[in-house]
Amino acid sequence: MAELRALVAVKRVIDFAVKIRVKPDRTGVVTDGVKHSMNPFCEIAVEEAVRLKEKKLVKEIIAVSCGPAQCQETIRTALAMGADRGIHVEVPAAEADRLGPLQVARVLAKLAEKEKVDLVLLGKQAIDDDCNQTGQMTAGFLDWPQGTFASQVTLEGDKVKVEREIDGGLETLRLKLPAVVTADLRLNEPRYATLPNIMGAGPKASASGNGSADVAPMEAGCRRLGQGRPVNRGLPCAESQEEED
Amino acid sequence: MAPTCVCISTPGPAQNNGPHQCLSLWRGSSPHQDAPRAHQLRRNFLTCLSSWKAPPRIPRSSQSEALLNIANNGLPYAPLQTFTEEEMMLKRTVERFAQEQIAPLVLTMDENSKVEKSVIQGLFQHGLMGIEIDTIYGGTGASFFSSVLAIEELAKVDASVALFCDLQNTLINTLIMKHGTEEQKATYLTKLATEEIGSFCLSEAGAGSDSFSLKTRADKKGDYFVINGSKMWISHAEYAGLFLVMANVDPTRGYKGITCFLVDRGTEGLHIGKPENKLGLRASCTCPLTFDNVKVPEANVLGQIGHGYKYAIGMLNKGRVGIAAQMLGLAQGCFDYTIPYIKERVQFGTRLFDFQGLQHQVAHVATQLEAARLLTYNAARLAEAGRPFIKEASMAKYYASEIAGRTTSKCIDWMGGAGYVKAYPVEKYFRDAKIGTIYEGTSNIQLNTIAKHIDAEY
Repeated sequence: MAELRALVAVKRVIDFAVKIRVKPDRTGVVTDGVKHSMNPFCEIAVEEAVRLKEKKLVKEIIAVSCGPAQCQETIRTALAMGADRGIHVEVPAAEADRLGPLQVARVLAKLAEKEKVDLVLLGKQAIDDDCNQTGQMTAGFLDWPQGTFASQVTLEGDKVKVEREIDGGLETLRLKLPAVVTADLRLNEPRYATLPNIMGAGPKASASGNGSADVAPMEAGCRRLGQGRPVNRGLPCAESQEEED
Repeated sequence: MAPTCVCISTPGPAQNNGPHQCLSLWRGSSPHQDAPRAHQLRRNFLTCLSSWKAPPRIPRSSQSEALLNIANNGLPYAPLQTFTEEEMMLKRTVERFAQEQIAPLVLTMDENSKVEKSVIQGLFQHGLMGIEIDTIYGGTGASFFSSVLAIEELAKVDASVALFCDLQNTLINTLIMKHGTEEQKATYLTKLATEEIGSFCLSEAGAGSDSFSLKTRADKKGDYFVINGSKMWISHAEYAGLFLVMANVDPTRGYKGITCFLVDRGTEGLHIGKPENKLGLRASCTCPLTFDNVKVPEANVLGQIGHGYKYAIGMLNKGRVGIAAQMLGLAQGCFDYTIPYIKERVQFGTRLFDFQGLQHQVAHVATQLEAARLLTYNAARLAEAGRPFIKEASMAKYYASEIAGRTTSKCIDWMGGAGYVKAYPVEKYFRDAKIGTIYEGTSNIQLNTIAKHIDAEY
């Protein structure tokens, strides 16, 4: 049965435990030398893909990341968790800052078609921009059904049953494959990459490719005007009372 | 009246580690379940001991990543804190594993003087007990430096757990990989990498620094050796499945009769005594052993007869780098916990950190930590490169253990009363650090070794 192929998109974000500092010129946050890691929701998506593969429902997992050269680290982590191949869509660092859900969704849609995958898995949102748009837009470009905020995913032949966490409670959908699913917090608990898997990810990484050649150049539709700390509203919170460094 | 929780949560994505823990002690338990007095203390400390945004168990310097570079950035002379991608990933994974799976158990393990099974299993599952063992035996096949990094990261959370990783990798595995026959390697390495803890038995009641004066005898009787004697201060004896026992086959030859024997746990005559009640490293059990006519087949001699002393010295050199890593991690973990506190605590209208006197102390300690780190990393890289590293290893162990004691002591000073109570982890770091200057070669012995090398150089 295991003929299904999955594409998992992973994003490299500033680690959740790091204290964010705004740049002095207020054009963004400090990212130089700051610890980055895979977006936690993307980890959950990778974990789900790996579990499906372990259940022999999925044959191959391809991990994709769009961004500067450092995204290779994130892809390697996905490989160490159990993905088979990685594709790095390289975006020069200067442009990477303006990369948004729309551009990434276009890329993912193209890759999903090119690689002929049956399932596209993503995290529901990234912890740096909280957009919660990429998965939905990807499904839109592909004209595929989508199951977002998934807290349970069950493959049933040529369909996928997705239990979603919505404001009113839980909603269960049955989607025809191919489909796009975005992972919510309670979908699973991601595994650690064991050391032997980390060592094994190296050879897998060198066998993987760079996907930027096939993808059209992106123009950013939005431009960030400024970024700053929230205004102190006099609430008893140590964070907002701190001086900016 | 239970104190109400004044927390302001941002609407936004749920953190991966569940609801935010405000005012939570390092125990990891719910803040409202603790004793009233702890509540009182915490009311005054408020966010000092845990920022409501960042969980208390993962304090870190925002600069710590700036120094860590991937090796392939093309620099011909890379800084010492340059890691390969695998080493970097390994470090991150161990860090996460330690924070998520070990940190919540540290207090109970210390109080009960017992390591949790899940922690040991976790170490094995993550390949942390066979870091340098070849993949054909089920090991991880990584470098010595990777072991050093793993030990350091584990020690930031619990030095006792780091010791399990250290002894297994730097002593037990190394001995068997270097001196074992193919048969011995096939028999033991896979088990050591996946499920069995090894214990190294050298010290005796009358033979500590003067280890070669050990009195345990191994008398040859046909195809067997019969071991009689006793050992003391043997780490992990309570959990070990394999014992590497140093015994003398011919006391007339002095230390040149010392031989290393592989003894399995169930062997008749091997008695494991009651664990010691220690000041620190309490989760790592330390037991006396007695050997009462323990029969060991000739095939279980590791390496050559009478060469045991050479093996012991040779492997203790790498062991020293491991201990240096443990002490370094311990000191760093303690320091990482303390700095956010002194940045938040205010007395006389000023943050503690803003007093210049304190800043100087902090800078002094930080410099020593950095020096210890560089000594340790350099000794490890020298060992990997196959270059002489004995002097550097001794220097690293000596320095790291000494400054670990000073760092932890200073951290208690900076934390004030909070540093003195068991509710906060700082006093545990202080107690754990003490053994650093004693085991695997006391500081005086290290100084002897360093001086001996200097003598030979000039």
